[in-house]
Amino acid sequence: MYRYDEFDAAFLAKRNEQFRAQVERRIEGALTEEEFKPLRLMNGLYLQLHAYMLRVAIPYGSLDSAKMRKLAEIAERWDKGYGHFTTRQNIQYNWPRLRDVPDMLDALAEAGLHAIQTSGNTIRNVTSDHFAGAAADEIADPRPYAELIRQWSTDHPEFQFLPRKFKIAITGSPNDRAVTRAHDIGLRMVERDGRAGFEVIVGGGLGRTPMIGKVVRDFLPEGELLPYLEAVLHVYNRHGRRDNKYKARIKITVHETGIEAIREEIEAAFAVTRAEFEGVDENALERIRARFRAPSLVPGGAGAYEDARLNPAFRAWADSNLAEHRDPDHAIVTISLKAPGETPGDATAGQMRVMADLAERFGYDELRISHQQNVILPHVRKADLAEVYEELKAAGLATANVGLASDIIACPGMDYCALATARSIPVAQQLAKRIEDLRIEHEVGPLQIKISGCINACGHHHVGHIGILGLDRGGVETYQITLGGDATETAAIGERTGPGFSFEEIVPAIERLMLAYLEVREDESETFLDAYRRLGPHPFKEALYGPEKRRDAA
Amino acid sequence: MSRPFTPKIVTANALLEGDVVYLTEDDRWSRRHEDAELLEDEAHATIRLLEAERQGDRIVGAYLADARRGPKGPAPVHFREAFRARGPSNYRHGKQADSHIHDGN
Repeated sequence: MYRYDEFDAAFLAKRNEQFRAQVERRIEGALTEEEFKPLRLMNGLYLQLHAYMLRVAIPYGSLDSAKMRKLAEIAERWDKGYGHFTTRQNIQYNWPRLRDVPDMLDALAEAGLHAIQTSGNTIRNVTSDHFAGAAADEIADPRPYAELIRQWSTDHPEFQFLPRKFKIAITGSPNDRAVTRAHDIGLRMVERDGRAGFEVIVGGGLGRTPMIGKVVRDFLPEGELLPYLEAVLHVYNRHGRRDNKYKARIKITVHETGIEAIREEIEAAFAVTRAEFEGVDENALERIRARFRAPSLVPGGAGAYEDARLNPAFRAWADSNLAEHRDPDHAIVTISLKAPGETPGDATAGQMRVMADLAERFGYDELRISHQQNVILPHVRKADLAEVYEELKAAGLATANVGLASDIIACPGMDYCALATARSIPVAQQLAKRIEDLRIEHEVGPLQIKISGCINACGHHHVGHIGILGLDRGGVETYQITLGGDATETAAIGERTGPGFSFEEIVPAIERLMLAYLEVREDESETFLDAYRRLGPHPFKEALYGPEKRRDAA
Repeated sequence: MSRPFTPKIVTANALLEGDVVYLTEDDRWSRRHEDAELLEDEAHATIRLLEAERQGDRIVGAYLADARRGPKGPAPVHFREAFRARGPSNYRHGKQADSHIHDGN
C-alpha cells in the first residue's frame, strides 16, 4: 500500500479547500451552474437522476483497512449506508447533498482518498490487476507504475482539457485481468532478455464504437514508461477530434490515422520527451517503491486448508472464490458482492467494516477492488481460510459464484444514471435469482454476463461472454444480446444476436442460452466461450429466436 | 410538417439536495409530479422553461418532459420520468421512501 508523503497530503488539503470555496460560491449564487459544473466534475461530483453522485477513486483498486473503514464511515454519515463499487475500481455514493460534499472530501483525505479526475476530459483513475502483488503469474507488481502514472497525470496542466476522457489500465501479468485491450492505453508487463518492460496497447475502448486496442510498441523498457505515455498523450491532444464528442476518443484517432502513422508520430514525440525527462521519472519511481509496504508473508499452515476442504460448503466456496497466490502457503480470496437478488457491486457500511477487519486480522491489511465489482483479500494464509469463510458467511459475503453465471457485472443503469437508456440492476438481480433457482451455474461453469444500461458500456457488455445492452426503443426498455465477447488477453467484441427482448423476456432468453450451451458443448471442459467460438452463433440464435424457418415467416 | 405539440411539464433537480423537482402553476418547485403545471400550449411551455432556467440559484438542468393528464394531476409518459418521480428499483430510496413528500420551498 502506498503511503502518502507530506507533499501528497498538503496537495489534497489545498485542493479540497479550493473546492469548498467553489461550492460555497455556487450556493451563494456567485457561480452559475455552467461555471460550476466543470469544477464539480473535476472533483468527482455528478448530478444524476435522483441526486448528486460522488465518485471516489480507489487508485489501481488498492485499499487498506483504514481506507475501507473510511469508506464505510462516509456511507453511514453522509449517504444511505452503502456504496457501489464500479467497473473502474471506483466507489460511488448515490445520495450526497451538495453542502456535505466538501466535508466528505475532507474525511476521505484523512485516509488518503480523493475524487480527483474521476470525471472530466482528463486521465482518469488508473486501473490495475486486482490480484496485483499476489498473483502467481505476475512478473512484477504493477502498482508502483500505476502510482507513478497517477502522480504524473494528476493536475498535469497539459492533460486537463483533453479532447475526451482518457483511461489507462496496467497489469503485471501476461494473463490480463485488467481489460487492458479495452482502454485508451493498456500496459501489459512482459519480459525480454531478462528485462521487464511493457507491451503498449492504444486505442481500445467500449462505448458506442467498441474497439480492441492495437499494439503500438511491443516492448517498452520500464524506465521509459512516462516519456512514452507523454508522447502518446501529445499526439492524441494534437489530433483528437474536438469537433465531435462521439469521435473524440483516441480509438477513433488511431482508427482514422492508422496504427503505423500513429506509431511514427508517437516515436518522434518520444525522442523529444525522453530527453526532457532526464531521469526525473526514474527517481520518482524509486521514491514510490520505497513507500509501498510489501507484506512479510508468514510461511506454513497449508495443511489446515486441506482438512477444512472436508466441509462441502467451504469446498464449494474455495473452488470458485480462491485464486493461486505466488506463495504456496497463501491464497487470494475473492469476496463476491453478487449475492443473488442483491445489487452487483454494492456493499453496506457493515459489510465494508467486516472486510476491513478480515484484512487487518488475516490479510496483511490489504484489500483490492476488482473491475468485476468484487472485493479481494490478496494475501490470506491457507491456515486462516476456514475462519475467514465463516466470518464472511455470517456477514452475507460468502456467495460462492466468482467467475460463474451469477457473478454479473452491471452498471447502475436507469435506477441512478442520468445517461442510461434502460435499467440494468433489476435485470442482474432477477437473472441471478433465476440462475440460483435453476441450480445450474456450477454445471454451466465459467461464464461472464455483463450488463450495460446504455451504449456507453460501463457494464462492459461488449466483452461479456454474454453481453446485455439496455436501450430505449420507442419508449420501452429493450435489451440487446451480444455473444462471444472476451475481456482477457484474447480480447474480442461480442456479436449482436438479433432483435432485442423486453424487460420481461430478457431473463428467460438468457436462460435459454445457458441451456442451449449445455446441449451443444462437446464435454464439461468446453466452456461457453469455447463452444461459441467453435460453433458460431447459429445454435444460440435458435435458442433465442426459434428455428430459422419460423423466424423468416415472422 | 412539424410534429404536433404534446403536453409537457417543467422539471429539474434541486440545487442543494439534487432531488427531482417540478415547476407548479404558482411558481413553486414541488417534489411531486402531480403538482406540476401541465403545459398544453407550446408557446406557454417555452416561456415557462425560460422562467425556470432563470432560477439557477435553486435548481439545475431544467427541461420539458412529456406528461399526460392523470386522476391526481399530471402523470409521466416516459419510463425515465416515471423512475425520476418514484426512485430507484433496487432500494426503497428517493421519493418512494418519503411518507409525506413536502414542497421544496
